[in-house]
Amino acid sequence: MATVIVVTSGKGGVGKTTTSASFATGLAQRGYRTAVIDFDVGLRNLDLIMGCERRVVYDFINVINNEANLNQALIRDKRVENLYILPASQTRDKEALTKEGVEKILHELKQSFDYIVCDSPAGIERGALMSLYFADEALVVTNPEVSSVRDSDRILGILASRSRRAEQGDEPVKEHLVLARYAPERADRGDMLGVDDVLEILGISLLGVIPESPTVLQSSNAGVPVILEEGSDAGAAYSDLVDRFLGKDLPHRFLVTQKKGFLKRLFGGN
Amino acid sequence: MLLRSPSLASEEPPPFDLKGSLFTLTVLHLFKLDRVAIERHLTEKIKQAPGFFNNTPVVIDLEGLEESRDGVDFAALYELLKGCGMVPVGIRNGNPKLQAVARLAGLPLLPESRSVGSVKKAEQGAEPVAARGRIVNHPVRSGQQIYAPNGDLIILGTVSAGAEIMADGHVHVYGLLRGRAQAGVRGDLEARIFCQGLEAELISIAGRYRVSEQIGSDDWGKAAQIRLADDRLIIDHLTR
Repeated sequence: MATVIVVTSGKGGVGKTTTSASFATGLAQRGYRTAVIDFDVGLRNLDLIMGCERRVVYDFINVINNEANLNQALIRDKRVENLYILPASQTRDKEALTKEGVEKILHELKQSFDYIVCDSPAGIERGALMSLYFADEALVVTNPEVSSVRDSDRILGILASRSRRAEQGDEPVKEHLVLARYAPERADRGDMLGVDDVLEILGISLLGVIPESPTVLQSSNAGVPVILEEGSDAGAAYSDLVDRFLGKDLPHRFLVTQKKGFLKRLFGGN
Repeated sequence: MLLRSPSLASEEPPPFDLKGSLFTLTVLHLFKLDRVAIERHLTEKIKQAPGFFNNTPVVIDLEGLEESRDGVDFAALYELLKGCGMVPVGIRNGNPKLQAVARLAGLPLLPESRSVGSVKKAEQGAEPVAARGRIVNHPVRSGQQIYAPNGDLIILGTVSAGAEIMADGHVHVYGLLRGRAQAGVRGDLEARIFCQGLEAELISIAGRYRVSEQIGSDDWGKAAQIRLADDRLIIDHLTR
Protein backbone atom coordinates (compact mmCIF):
# COMPACT_ATOMS: atom_id res chain seq x y z
CA MET A 1 0.00 0.00 0.00
CA ALA A 2 1.32 3.38 -0.92
CA THR A 3 2.32 5.92 1.72
CA VAL A 4 1.00 9.46 1.47
CA ILE A 5 3.44 12.09 2.72
CA VAL A 6 2.57 15.75 3.06
CA VAL A 7 5.29 18.40 2.92
CA THR A 8 3.95 21.30 4.93
CA SER A 9 5.03 24.25 7.08
CA GLY A 10 2.33 26.82 7.70
CA LYS A 11 4.61 29.66 6.69
CA GLY A 12 5.43 30.47 3.09
CA GLY A 13 8.87 30.61 1.53
CA VAL A 14 10.54 28.18 3.90
CA GLY A 15 11.33 25.54 1.29
CA LYS A 16 8.29 23.28 1.00
CA THR A 17 8.35 23.00 -2.76
CA THR A 18 12.14 22.64 -2.87
CA THR A 19 11.86 19.88 -0.29
CA SER A 20 8.94 18.19 -2.08
CA ALA A 21 10.86 18.16 -5.36
CA SER A 22 14.09 16.82 -3.90
CA PHE A 23 12.39 14.35 -1.56
CA ALA A 24 10.24 12.87 -4.33
CA THR A 25 13.21 12.76 -6.70
CA GLY A 26 15.32 11.02 -4.04
CA LEU A 27 12.66 8.37 -3.41
CA ALA A 28 12.35 7.71 -7.14
CA GLN A 29 16.15 7.54 -7.54
CA ARG A 30 16.14 4.76 -4.96
CA GLY A 31 13.73 2.76 -7.05
CA TYR A 32 10.35 3.65 -5.53
CA ARG A 33 7.51 4.64 -7.81
CA THR A 34 6.78 8.15 -6.63
CA ALA A 35 4.18 10.77 -7.52
CA VAL A 36 4.45 14.35 -6.34
CA ILE A 37 1.31 16.49 -6.30
CA ASP A 38 1.22 20.28 -6.28
CA PHE A 39 -1.63 21.36 -3.98
CA ASP A 40 -0.90 25.05 -4.47
CA VAL A 41 -3.83 25.58 -6.82
CA GLY A 42 -3.62 29.03 -8.36
CA LEU A 43 0.08 29.50 -7.53
CA ARG A 44 1.58 26.65 -9.48
CA ASN A 45 5.30 26.31 -8.69
CA LEU A 46 6.30 22.68 -8.43
CA ASP A 47 6.43 22.20 -12.19
CA LEU A 48 8.96 25.06 -12.42
CA ILE A 49 11.21 23.59 -9.75
CA MET A 50 10.94 20.19 -11.41
CA GLY A 51 11.63 21.71 -14.81
CA CYS A 52 8.52 20.32 -16.48
CA GLU A 53 6.47 23.51 -16.84
CA ARG A 54 6.45 23.31 -20.61
CA ARG A 55 4.85 19.89 -20.61
CA VAL A 56 1.78 20.72 -18.52
CA VAL A 57 -1.38 19.91 -20.45
CA TYR A 58 -3.88 18.80 -17.83
CA ASP A 59 -3.71 19.41 -14.11
CA PHE A 60 -4.92 18.23 -10.73
CA ILE A 61 -8.22 20.12 -10.95
CA ASN A 62 -8.96 18.77 -14.42
CA VAL A 63 -8.71 15.28 -12.96
CA ILE A 64 -10.89 16.16 -9.96
CA ASN A 65 -13.51 17.54 -12.33
CA ASN A 66 -13.28 14.49 -14.61
CA GLU A 67 -12.09 16.62 -17.50
CA ALA A 68 -9.03 14.41 -17.90
CA ASN A 69 -7.92 11.10 -16.52
CA LEU A 70 -5.00 10.72 -14.18
CA ASN A 71 -2.65 9.26 -16.79
CA GLN A 72 -3.21 12.26 -19.02
CA ALA A 73 -2.35 14.68 -16.24
CA LEU A 74 0.67 12.91 -14.71
CA ILE A 75 3.94 14.18 -16.16
CA ARG A 76 6.76 11.66 -16.30
CA ASP A 77 10.08 13.08 -15.20
CA LYS A 78 12.71 12.98 -17.92
CA ARG A 79 15.74 12.60 -15.67
CA VAL A 80 14.63 10.12 -13.04
CA GLU A 81 12.73 6.95 -13.67
CA ASN A 82 9.68 6.16 -11.51
CA LEU A 83 8.98 9.85 -10.88
CA TYR A 84 5.71 11.53 -11.84
CA ILE A 85 4.44 15.05 -11.27
CA LEU A 86 0.81 16.08 -10.96
CA PRO A 87 0.80 19.86 -11.47
CA ALA A 88 -1.64 22.30 -9.91
CA SER A 89 -4.02 24.41 -11.92
CA GLN A 90 -2.85 27.97 -12.34
CA THR A 91 -6.23 29.36 -13.36
CA ARG A 92 -8.37 28.05 -10.52
CA ASP A 93 -8.36 28.60 -6.79
CA LYS A 94 -8.25 26.37 -3.74
CA GLU A 95 -12.04 26.08 -3.61
CA ALA A 96 -11.77 23.68 -6.52
CA LEU A 97 -10.14 21.16 -4.16
CA THR A 98 -12.83 18.90 -2.76
CA LYS A 99 -12.25 16.21 -0.19
CA GLU A 100 -13.99 13.66 -2.41
CA GLY A 101 -11.93 14.71 -5.44
CA VAL A 102 -8.62 14.53 -3.60
CA GLU A 103 -9.55 11.19 -2.08
CA LYS A 104 -10.45 9.80 -5.49
CA ILE A 105 -7.10 10.81 -6.98
CA LEU A 106 -5.06 9.56 -4.04
CA HIS A 107 -6.95 6.28 -4.13
CA GLU A 108 -6.17 5.86 -7.80
CA LEU A 109 -2.50 6.79 -7.35
CA LYS A 110 -2.16 4.32 -4.50
CA GLN A 111 -2.86 1.47 -6.88
CA SER A 112 0.35 1.99 -8.82
CA PHE A 113 2.71 4.08 -6.66
CA ASP A 114 4.82 3.43 -3.56
CA TYR A 115 4.99 7.01 -2.34
CA ILE A 116 2.71 9.96 -2.94
CA VAL A 117 4.24 13.30 -1.93
CA CYS A 118 1.78 16.16 -1.40
CA ASP A 119 3.33 19.63 -1.71
CA SER A 120 1.20 21.81 0.56
CA PRO A 121 0.56 25.50 -0.06
CA ALA A 122 1.39 27.98 2.70
CA GLY A 123 -1.26 28.92 5.22
CA ILE A 124 -3.80 26.84 7.07
CA GLU A 125 -6.68 27.26 4.66
CA ARG A 126 -8.38 24.84 2.34
CA GLY A 127 -5.38 23.96 0.16
CA ALA A 128 -3.16 23.19 3.12
CA LEU A 129 -5.92 21.28 4.90
CA MET A 130 -6.69 19.18 1.83
CA SER A 131 -3.01 18.38 1.29
CA LEU A 132 -2.56 17.05 4.81
CA TYR A 133 -5.96 15.46 5.37
CA PHE A 134 -5.12 12.08 3.86
CA ALA A 135 -1.46 12.00 4.96
CA ASP A 136 0.18 9.02 6.64
CA GLU A 137 3.38 10.91 7.34
CA ALA A 138 4.38 14.56 7.31
CA LEU A 139 7.57 16.45 6.61
CA VAL A 140 7.28 19.71 8.50
CA VAL A 141 9.63 22.23 6.94
CA THR A 142 10.90 24.95 9.26
CA ASN A 143 13.45 27.71 9.06
CA PRO A 144 15.47 28.56 12.14
CA GLU A 145 13.50 31.65 13.08
CA VAL A 146 10.71 32.11 15.59
CA SER A 147 7.78 32.87 13.32
CA SER A 148 8.47 29.86 11.13
CA VAL A 149 8.80 27.61 14.17
CA ARG A 150 5.52 28.86 15.60
CA ASP A 151 3.71 28.28 12.32
CA SER A 152 5.12 24.77 12.19
CA ASP A 153 3.83 24.21 15.68
CA ARG A 154 0.41 25.31 14.48
CA ILE A 155 0.55 22.90 11.55
CA LEU A 156 1.58 20.07 13.88
CA GLY A 157 -1.51 20.83 15.93
CA ILE A 158 -3.68 20.66 12.83
CA LEU A 159 -2.07 17.37 11.79
CA ALA A 160 -2.85 16.01 15.23
CA SER A 161 -6.46 17.14 15.21
CA ARG A 162 -7.80 17.59 11.69
CA SER A 163 -6.20 14.91 9.55
CA ARG A 164 -8.25 11.89 8.60
CA ARG A 165 -6.15 9.74 10.90
CA ALA A 166 -6.99 12.04 13.80
CA GLU A 167 -10.67 12.20 12.93
CA GLN A 168 -10.96 8.44 12.65
CA GLY A 169 -8.88 7.79 15.74
CA ASP A 170 -6.22 5.86 13.80
CA GLU A 171 -2.51 5.85 14.49
CA PRO A 172 -1.48 9.53 14.34
CA VAL A 173 0.29 11.04 11.34
CA LYS A 174 4.03 10.39 11.71
CA GLU A 175 5.81 13.73 11.98
CA HIS A 176 9.32 14.52 10.73
CA LEU A 177 11.15 17.81 11.06
CA VAL A 178 13.09 19.28 8.16
CA LEU A 179 15.13 22.29 9.19
CA ALA A 180 15.89 24.21 6.01
CA ARG A 181 18.07 27.25 5.32
CA TYR A 182 20.27 26.49 8.28
CA ALA A 183 23.46 28.50 8.67
CA PRO A 184 25.55 27.11 11.53
CA GLU A 185 27.75 30.16 11.87
CA ARG A 186 24.71 32.43 12.24
CA ALA A 187 23.18 30.05 14.77
CA ASP A 188 26.45 30.11 16.69
CA ARG A 189 26.36 33.90 16.71
CA GLY A 190 22.80 33.77 18.00
CA ASP A 191 21.36 35.41 14.87
CA MET A 192 19.16 32.43 14.24
CA LEU A 193 17.77 29.61 16.32
CA GLY A 194 19.99 26.56 16.73
CA VAL A 195 18.92 23.03 15.85
CA ASP A 196 18.46 22.17 19.51
CA ASP A 197 16.31 25.27 20.10
CA VAL A 198 13.94 24.27 17.32
CA LEU A 199 13.81 20.65 18.43
CA GLU A 200 13.10 21.74 21.95
CA ILE A 201 10.15 23.86 20.90
CA LEU A 202 8.60 21.45 18.42
CA GLY A 203 9.47 18.18 20.10
CA ILE A 204 9.41 15.97 17.01
CA SER A 205 12.16 13.90 15.44
CA LEU A 206 14.66 15.56 13.14
CA LEU A 207 14.77 14.06 9.66
CA GLY A 208 17.26 16.42 8.12
CA VAL A 209 18.99 19.77 8.29
CA ILE A 210 19.40 21.51 4.93
CA PRO A 211 22.15 24.10 4.96
CA GLU A 212 21.58 27.56 3.49
CA SER A 213 23.15 27.32 0.05
CA PRO A 214 23.25 29.41 -3.12
CA THR A 215 22.87 26.18 -5.08
CA VAL A 216 19.22 25.92 -3.97
CA LEU A 217 18.33 29.17 -5.73
CA GLN A 218 20.39 28.35 -8.81
CA SER A 219 18.90 24.92 -9.23
CA SER A 220 15.36 26.24 -8.65
CA ASN A 221 15.84 28.71 -11.44
CA ALA A 222 17.27 26.00 -13.63
CA GLY A 223 14.36 23.66 -12.92
CA VAL A 224 16.53 20.97 -11.39
CA PRO A 225 15.72 19.51 -7.97
CA VAL A 226 18.72 20.35 -5.80
CA ILE A 227 19.16 16.72 -4.78
CA LEU A 228 20.42 16.11 -8.32
CA GLU A 229 23.21 18.66 -7.79
CA GLU A 230 25.76 16.21 -6.58
CA GLY A 231 28.59 17.84 -4.73
CA SER A 232 26.44 20.60 -3.28
CA ASP A 233 25.86 20.70 0.47
CA ALA A 234 22.11 21.08 0.11
CA GLY A 235 21.92 18.21 -2.40
CA ALA A 236 23.91 15.94 -0.10
CA ALA A 237 21.73 16.93 2.85
CA TYR A 238 18.56 16.04 0.93
CA SER A 239 20.11 12.76 -0.10
CA ASP A 240 20.84 11.92 3.54
CA LEU A 241 17.30 12.97 4.44
CA VAL A 242 15.78 10.53 1.97
CA ASP A 243 18.00 7.70 3.22
CA ARG A 244 17.05 8.47 6.78
CA PHE A 245 13.37 8.50 5.83
CA LEU A 246 13.85 5.02 4.36
CA GLY A 247 15.32 3.82 7.62
CA LYS A 248 19.07 4.36 7.34
CA ASP A 249 20.79 5.62 10.44
CA LEU A 250 22.96 8.50 9.27
CA PRO A 251 24.54 11.23 11.39
CA HIS A 252 23.38 14.78 10.69
CA ARG A 253 25.85 16.80 8.66
CA PHE A 254 26.26 20.53 8.02
CA LEU A 255 25.43 21.45 11.59
CA VAL A 256 28.73 22.97 12.62
CA THR A 257 30.95 25.78 11.53
CA GLN A 258 34.18 24.26 12.66
CA LYS A 259 35.32 21.37 14.76
CA LYS A 260 33.05 21.81 17.71
CA GLY A 261 30.31 19.21 17.37
CA PHE A 262 26.65 19.98 17.65
CA LEU A 263 26.15 16.88 19.76
CA LYS A 264 28.88 18.09 22.02
CA ARG A 265 27.11 21.40 22.49
CA LEU A 266 23.77 19.68 22.83
CA PHE A 267 24.93 17.29 25.50
CA GLY A 268 27.12 19.77 27.29
CA GLY A 269 30.53 18.33 26.45
CA ASN A 270 31.94 21.86 26.39
CA MET B 1 -18.99 39.16 52.10
CA LEU B 2 -18.00 40.21 55.56
CA LEU B 3 -20.16 42.33 57.79
CA ARG B 4 -18.80 43.28 61.15
CA SER B 5 -21.04 44.43 63.90
CA PRO B 6 -20.68 48.21 64.21
CA SER B 7 -17.68 48.71 66.43
CA LEU B 8 -18.71 50.79 69.36
CA ALA B 9 -16.11 52.78 71.11
CA SER B 10 -17.09 51.33 74.47
CA GLU B 11 -17.24 47.74 73.32
CA GLU B 12 -14.32 45.99 71.74
CA PRO B 13 -13.64 43.55 70.19
CA PRO B 14 -17.04 43.12 68.44
CA PRO B 15 -19.16 40.25 69.69
CA PHE B 16 -19.74 38.75 66.24
CA ASP B 17 -18.87 38.68 62.57
CA LEU B 18 -21.37 38.01 59.82
CA LYS B 19 -19.88 36.04 56.98
CA GLY B 20 -21.40 34.60 53.87
CA SER B 21 -20.78 30.91 53.41
CA LEU B 22 -21.84 28.10 51.12
CA PHE B 23 -23.46 24.90 52.33
CA THR B 24 -24.55 21.76 50.65
CA LEU B 25 -28.11 21.08 51.70
CA THR B 26 -30.41 18.21 50.96
CA VAL B 27 -33.42 19.30 48.97
CA LEU B 28 -36.70 17.51 49.41
CA HIS B 29 -38.72 17.85 46.24
CA LEU B 30 -42.31 17.62 47.39
CA PHE B 31 -44.77 16.37 44.83
CA LYS B 32 -47.83 15.41 46.84
CA LEU B 33 -49.11 16.32 50.30
CA ASP B 34 -50.00 12.81 51.32
CA ARG B 35 -48.83 12.52 54.92
CA VAL B 36 -49.15 8.76 55.02
CA ALA B 37 -47.21 8.27 51.81
CA ILE B 38 -44.51 10.73 52.85
CA GLU B 39 -44.04 9.00 56.14
CA ARG B 40 -43.95 5.55 54.57
CA HIS B 41 -41.36 6.56 51.97
CA LEU B 42 -39.22 8.33 54.52
CA THR B 43 -39.22 5.31 56.81
CA GLU B 44 -38.11 3.25 53.85
CA LYS B 45 -35.28 5.68 53.07
CA ILE B 46 -34.15 5.77 56.68
CA LYS B 47 -33.90 1.98 56.63
CA GLN B 48 -31.56 2.23 53.65
CA ALA B 49 -29.35 4.88 55.19
CA PRO B 50 -29.90 5.05 58.92
CA GLY B 51 -27.06 7.45 59.61
CA PHE B 52 -28.06 9.93 56.97
CA PHE B 53 -31.21 11.31 58.56
CA ASN B 54 -29.90 12.52 61.82
CA ASN B 55 -31.09 16.07 62.23
CA THR B 56 -30.29 16.61 58.60
CA PRO B 57 -31.15 20.13 57.47
CA VAL B 58 -33.37 20.04 54.41
CA VAL B 59 -34.88 22.55 52.05
CA ILE B 60 -38.37 21.84 50.81
CA ASP B 61 -38.75 22.46 47.10
CA LEU B 62 -42.35 23.22 46.16
CA GLU B 63 -41.90 23.48 42.42
CA GLY B 64 -43.33 20.07 41.58
CA LEU B 65 -46.05 20.20 44.21
CA GLU B 66 -49.53 19.57 42.85
CA GLU B 67 -52.17 22.17 43.67
CA SER B 68 -54.47 21.40 46.56
CA ARG B 69 -57.46 23.34 47.80
CA ASP B 70 -56.46 23.12 51.43
CA GLY B 71 -53.07 24.77 50.95
CA VAL B 72 -50.13 23.45 52.93
CA ASP B 73 -49.95 23.07 56.64
CA PHE B 74 -46.27 23.83 57.06
CA ALA B 75 -46.28 23.38 60.80
CA ALA B 76 -47.60 19.82 60.40
CA LEU B 77 -45.12 19.14 57.61
CA TYR B 78 -42.32 20.43 59.82
CA GLU B 79 -43.30 18.07 62.62
CA LEU B 80 -43.61 15.16 60.21
CA LEU B 81 -40.11 15.70 58.81
CA LYS B 82 -38.65 16.43 62.22
CA GLY B 83 -40.04 13.12 63.39
CA CYS B 84 -38.13 11.42 60.59
CA GLY B 85 -34.78 12.98 61.45
CA MET B 86 -34.89 16.01 59.16
CA VAL B 87 -34.87 19.66 60.11
CA PRO B 88 -36.52 21.86 57.52
CA VAL B 89 -34.61 25.13 57.23
CA GLY B 90 -36.47 26.80 54.39
CA ILE B 91 -38.44 26.43 51.23
CA ARG B 92 -37.71 26.97 47.58
CA ASN B 93 -39.98 27.80 44.64
CA GLY B 94 -43.76 27.57 45.01
CA ASN B 95 -46.29 30.33 44.41
CA PRO B 96 -46.30 33.56 46.46
CA LYS B 97 -49.25 32.41 48.51
CA LEU B 98 -47.48 29.24 49.61
CA GLN B 99 -44.35 31.24 50.28
CA ALA B 100 -46.25 33.61 52.56
CA VAL B 101 -47.74 30.71 54.49
CA ALA B 102 -44.33 29.11 54.85
CA ARG B 103 -42.81 32.35 56.13
CA LEU B 104 -45.45 32.48 58.85
CA ALA B 105 -44.49 28.93 59.81
CA GLY B 106 -40.88 30.06 60.21
CA LEU B 107 -39.61 28.67 56.91
CA PRO B 108 -37.88 31.38 54.84
CA LEU B 109 -37.74 31.35 51.07
CA LEU B 110 -34.32 30.38 49.73
CA PRO B 111 -33.20 31.67 46.34
CA GLU B 112 -33.33 29.46 43.29
CA SER B 113 -30.17 27.43 42.96
CA ARG B 114 -28.28 27.32 39.71
CA SER B 115 -28.81 23.66 39.00
CA VAL B 116 -31.44 23.38 36.32
CA GLY B 117 -33.74 20.43 35.94
CA SER B 118 -32.97 19.15 39.41
CA VAL B 119 -36.50 17.92 39.87
CA LYS B 120 -36.21 15.65 36.87
CA LYS B 121 -32.89 14.28 38.07
CA ALA B 122 -34.39 13.51 41.44
CA GLU B 123 -37.21 11.62 39.79
CA GLN B 124 -34.77 9.49 37.84
CA GLY B 125 -32.67 8.86 40.93
CA ALA B 126 -29.56 10.29 39.28
CA GLU B 127 -26.25 8.54 39.91
CA PRO B 128 -23.51 10.72 41.35
CA VAL B 129 -21.36 11.91 38.48
CA ALA B 130 -17.63 12.12 39.06
CA ALA B 131 -16.28 15.45 37.81
CA ARG B 132 -13.04 13.93 36.71
CA GLY B 133 -11.92 16.51 34.22
CA ARG B 134 -9.94 15.83 31.14
CA ILE B 135 -6.57 14.26 30.39
CA VAL B 136 -4.71 15.17 27.21
CA ASN B 137 -1.97 12.74 26.22
CA HIS B 138 -0.25 14.84 23.59
CA PRO B 139 1.44 18.22 23.39
CA VAL B 140 -0.89 21.16 22.85
CA ARG B 141 0.23 23.06 19.77
CA SER B 142 -0.04 26.70 18.79
CA GLY B 143 -3.60 27.56 17.84
CA GLN B 144 -5.19 24.69 19.74
CA GLN B 145 -7.68 25.41 22.47
CA ILE B 146 -8.62 22.85 25.08
CA TYR B 147 -11.27 23.33 27.76
CA ALA B 148 -12.18 21.04 30.60
CA PRO B 149 -15.63 21.99 31.89
CA ASN B 150 -16.61 20.92 35.41
CA GLY B 151 -13.19 19.69 36.38
CA ASP B 152 -9.44 19.67 36.05
CA LEU B 153 -7.39 19.69 32.90
CA ILE B 154 -4.27 17.55 32.83
CA ILE B 155 -1.81 17.92 29.96
CA LEU B 156 0.88 15.30 29.53
CA GLY B 157 3.25 17.30 27.38
CA THR B 158 4.25 20.80 26.50
CA VAL B 159 1.77 23.60 25.85
CA SER B 160 3.22 25.67 23.00
CA ALA B 161 3.15 29.42 22.64
CA GLY B 162 -0.11 30.34 20.97
CA ALA B 163 -2.04 27.45 22.53
CA GLU B 164 -4.76 27.96 25.12
CA ILE B 165 -5.81 25.60 27.89
CA MET B 166 -8.70 26.23 30.27
CA ALA B 167 -10.47 24.42 33.06
CA ASP B 168 -13.24 25.08 35.53
CA GLY B 169 -10.97 23.40 38.07
CA HIS B 170 -7.19 23.14 38.24
CA VAL B 171 -4.79 23.05 35.31
CA HIS B 172 -1.85 20.64 35.42
CA VAL B 173 0.88 20.70 32.78
CA TYR B 174 3.44 17.90 32.88
CA GLY B 175 5.73 19.72 30.51
CA LEU B 176 6.55 23.32 29.72
CA LEU B 177 3.74 25.83 29.84
CA ARG B 178 4.41 28.32 27.05
CA GLY B 179 0.89 29.16 25.99
CA ARG B 180 -2.05 30.60 27.91
CA ALA B 181 -3.44 28.76 30.90
CA GLN B 182 -6.63 29.62 32.75
CA ALA B 183 -7.88 27.81 35.82
CA GLY B 184 -11.21 28.37 37.54
CA VAL B 185 -12.67 29.98 34.45
CA ARG B 186 -16.14 29.93 35.99
CA GLY B 187 -14.96 31.75 39.05
CA ASP B 188 -13.45 29.11 41.34
CA LEU B 189 -11.01 31.13 43.44
CA GLU B 190 -9.45 27.96 44.83
CA ALA B 191 -8.36 26.69 41.42
CA ARG B 192 -4.63 26.49 40.73
CA ILE B 193 -2.24 26.05 37.85
CA PHE B 194 0.65 23.59 38.08
CA CYS B 195 3.41 23.27 35.52
CA GLN B 196 6.87 21.82 35.18
CA GLY B 197 8.25 24.89 33.47
CA LEU B 198 6.62 28.31 33.64
CA GLU B 199 7.13 30.20 30.38
CA ALA B 200 3.50 31.13 29.90
CA GLU B 201 2.10 33.88 27.71
CA LEU B 202 -0.66 34.33 30.24
CA ILE B 203 -1.74 32.72 33.48
CA SER B 204 -5.15 33.35 34.93
CA ILE B 205 -7.17 32.12 37.86
CA ALA B 206 -10.83 33.04 38.10
CA GLY B 207 -10.18 35.99 35.83
CA ARG B 208 -7.16 37.42 37.68
CA TYR B 209 -4.31 37.25 35.24
CA ARG B 210 -0.67 37.97 34.57
CA VAL B 211 0.93 38.18 31.16
CA SER B 212 4.44 36.88 30.57
CA GLU B 213 5.93 40.35 31.06
CA GLN B 214 4.60 40.29 34.60
CA ILE B 215 6.21 36.96 35.42
CA GLY B 216 9.51 37.60 37.14
CA SER B 217 12.79 36.23 35.85
CA ASP B 218 13.19 34.30 39.11
CA ASP B 219 10.06 32.35 38.28
CA TRP B 220 10.72 31.96 34.56
CA GLY B 221 11.20 28.37 33.45
CA LYS B 222 10.70 27.04 36.97
CA ALA B 223 8.38 24.24 38.05
CA ALA B 224 5.66 26.21 39.75
CA GLN B 225 2.17 26.41 41.07
CA ILE B 226 0.07 29.49 40.66
CA ARG B 227 -2.66 30.22 43.16
CA LEU B 228 -4.82 33.07 44.28
CA ALA B 229 -4.35 34.67 47.68
CA ASP B 230 -6.15 37.86 48.69
CA ASP B 231 -7.12 38.37 45.09
CA ARG B 232 -3.49 38.29 43.94
CA LEU B 233 -1.79 35.66 41.82
CA ILE B 234 1.00 34.00 43.76
CA ILE B 235 3.70 31.94 42.06
CA ASP B 236 5.30 29.26 44.25
CA HIS B 237 8.20 27.16 43.08
CA LEU B 238 7.73 23.43 43.25
CA THR B 239 10.68 21.56 44.65
CA ARG B 240 11.38 17.89 44.41
